[in-house]
Amino acid sequence: MKSHLISAGDLSRDDALLILDTAEELARVSERSIKKLPTLRGRTVVNLFFEDSTRTRISFEAAAKRLSADVINFSAKGSSVSKGESLKDTALTLEAMGADAVVIRHPASGAPHRLATWVRGSVVNAGDGTHEHPTQALLDAFSMRRRLGRLEGLKVAVVGDVLHSRVARSNVLLLHTLGAEVTLVAPPTLLPVSVETWPCQVSYDLDAVLPKSDVVMMLRVQLERMNAAYFPSAREYSRRYGLDRDRFARLHDDAIVMHPGPMNRGMEISAEVADSRRSTVTEQVANGVTVRMAVLYLLLGGSEPAIGGAE
Amino acid sequence: MSPGGTAKRETGHVTGHVTGPETERDNERDAGETGPRGRAVTTVLIRRARVLGGEPRDILIRDGVVAELGDLSGTAAGLTVDADGLIALPGLVDLHTHLREPGREDAETVETGTQAAAVGGYTAVHAMANTSPVADTAGVVEQVWRLGRQYGHCDVQPVGAVTSGLEGRQLAELGAMADSAARVRVFSDDGKCVSDAVLMRRALEYVKAFGGVVAQHAQEPRLTEGAQLNEGEVSGRLGLTGWPAVAEEAIIARDCLLAAHVGSRLHVCHVSTAGSVEIIRWAKSKGWDVTAEVTPHHLLLTDAFAESSPLGPYNPIYKVNPPLRTQDDVRALREALADGTIDCVATDHAPHPVEDKETEWGAAAMGMIGLETALSVVQEAMVETGLLDWAGVADRMSVRPARIGRLAAHGRPIEPGAPANITLYDPSARQPVDPGSMASRSRNTPYEGMTLPGRVVATFLRGTPTVLEGKLV
Repeated sequence: MKSHLISAGDLSRDDALLILDTAEELARVSERSIKKLPTLRGRTVVNLFFEDSTRTRISFEAAAKRLSADVINFSAKGSSVSKGESLKDTALTLEAMGADAVVIRHPASGAPHRLATWVRGSVVNAGDGTHEHPTQALLDAFSMRRRLGRLEGLKVAVVGDVLHSRVARSNVLLLHTLGAEVTLVAPPTLLPVSVETWPCQVSYDLDAVLPKSDVVMMLRVQLERMNAAYFPSAREYSRRYGLDRDRFARLHDDAIVMHPGPMNRGMEISAEVADSRRSTVTEQVANGVTVRMAVLYLLLGGSEPAIGGAE
Repeated sequence: MSPGGTAKRETGHVTGHVTGPETERDNERDAGETGPRGRAVTTVLIRRARVLGGEPRDILIRDGVVAELGDLSGTAAGLTVDADGLIALPGLVDLHTHLREPGREDAETVETGTQAAAVGGYTAVHAMANTSPVADTAGVVEQVWRLGRQYGHCDVQPVGAVTSGLEGRQLAELGAMADSAARVRVFSDDGKCVSDAVLMRRALEYVKAFGGVVAQHAQEPRLTEGAQLNEGEVSGRLGLTGWPAVAEEAIIARDCLLAAHVGSRLHVCHVSTAGSVEIIRWAKSKGWDVTAEVTPHHLLLTDAFAESSPLGPYNPIYKVNPPLRTQDDVRALREALADGTIDCVATDHAPHPVEDKETEWGAAAMGMIGLETALSVVQEAMVETGLLDWAGVADRMSVRPARIGRLAAHGRPIEPGAPANITLYDPSARQPVDPGSMASRSRNTPYEGMTLPGRVVATFLRGTPTVLEGKLV
């Protein structure tokens, strides 16, 4: 594996499978009463968050702590960043403190690439602007494989605001690498102009795609998009692209429903679908910790097996 | 430092080599004319220069004017320059330079910007109006003009703002700027588009009274809110807000129609798309008075550099407005420059301090420097591809921009009686682009790490050398 995890597109099939398999091993730790491994003792992981994202930060923090790493949380609010310190100076500060890994969430696409040019430690992209969120894609793939037993040949529909979604970009790249077939479903306004060059199918018609799908991944739709005329109203969006009870009934019996959270219940997903047994929403959260442990372990822990003797 | 470095140097003379001090008598005898930089040079003999790439000839300059061409061996001169193997071009003219003074002297000053221009072979630059304060009054344009004269590295022709404060609300005092000592003829809100159709119409009409031209930065503002990179495959993959070609093309189409309607002259800044080329070609076919420029970077680079380059992905050194486009656009722009649809090359030299570029893409300033590399980039993109010969380069980088800017003393053929604004260029050189050695105060060149052909060996402004042996005089 490379020394950073910035784009899901950087992962070879073998890299991706190694992470998922490592996560399976580490999942066993999460089932123990004492959930801690000594693997990263003495290593420092910095959570550098320039956007509010309690969920993702906590997930990375839990992952690092379960591997016994020292965790420093650096939030942009109330820090020197809000006083105008540049990303570069922040990076040099972390470098001077000896960060072994920097987990970065940033509102600007490409910020982790820039960070990686200024620090020696590993950079893990925890979401950059409207670009990528590779650990989300990894935990999604992990969740699919756990539920459905395979990834190769799976038909995955990703529905919603693809244009602004880092989750969609990372999922398309990773699932393509792993042999799944992705169909993006969205109104034309919420698809990038050259989406036909992506390694996936594209449809404007959710009803046509649903019956053929093994996985339906609903993306969060932000209401402010309505004001920018991406769609006329929340109701219309929901009617055309929301996963409600009627559409849910058209899925085949083994199909699962995913959502990266946080959900807009009643908008892109109805409450009963979100809470159904075929929804993986809470599993995704739990799997997030496991997969991020695997990523930190593989980036920082070298090639030793995750938990004694396997491999 | 050996200037050219390659072939044809065995004669013992170094290209561009100067023989000066021992001819002091000539200087004394001809004393009286003092160059802009206070250096007394009255006669200059340029030996064996290939004017516009033709057969080698000697050029004698006397009192700032080309006096004689031909075989002039044995002629005494205050300064003799051996130009064997070098091409002589009329001094280059830039229609689009950001000198940043007043206001952002940390990025560039009139002094450093005109030094960069001279090193790049320019003898005149048009200084854009988006300074702080904005060049929207006679006072500011005169200040910039006077600074240019004071330093004397090249002529500085200020561009006046179209609207007060570049705010797009009311016309600036265009007539006062035209009547000032700076004699402004080109007006532009560059950096911002005059997007209000009525205001644009009025500006086009108004400047007719003094032979002015409106140079439009064509960018429909609503279609480009938050825009970061050409809207296309690369912006989609990188998750950067797209800057669609249509936002440029729609304004150009509208402005061509407006210019035709009111019978005015329109100049289109930094054309960047194949579609814009088609519209301008159509407008010219109608006989409308529309001219256009293209930047060196739009002739050579594409948006692919934002994703993958020797300097790493998302490196804002490639962030510029209008953005780098696609290979198809580059091809169309080169063809349009070759066939004259696009009249000239203009650098859009846009200096920024390091801290405005060493950031994440979205936070970085837009723009790149270009004065010192323009001729090399044009050689690479246009000459080595067979699209332009050296006469064509002279036409697109000197003759036509001087005509558009109404600079009577520039862009003249190198022939007796013409002001001696001359650039000597060695097309056989090849050198890596080194930001650290540039004369500009800023370092934001997108060509860092590339090797480009050619090298400006000498520049003469009205007969006075501003650059010799590749170095500022």
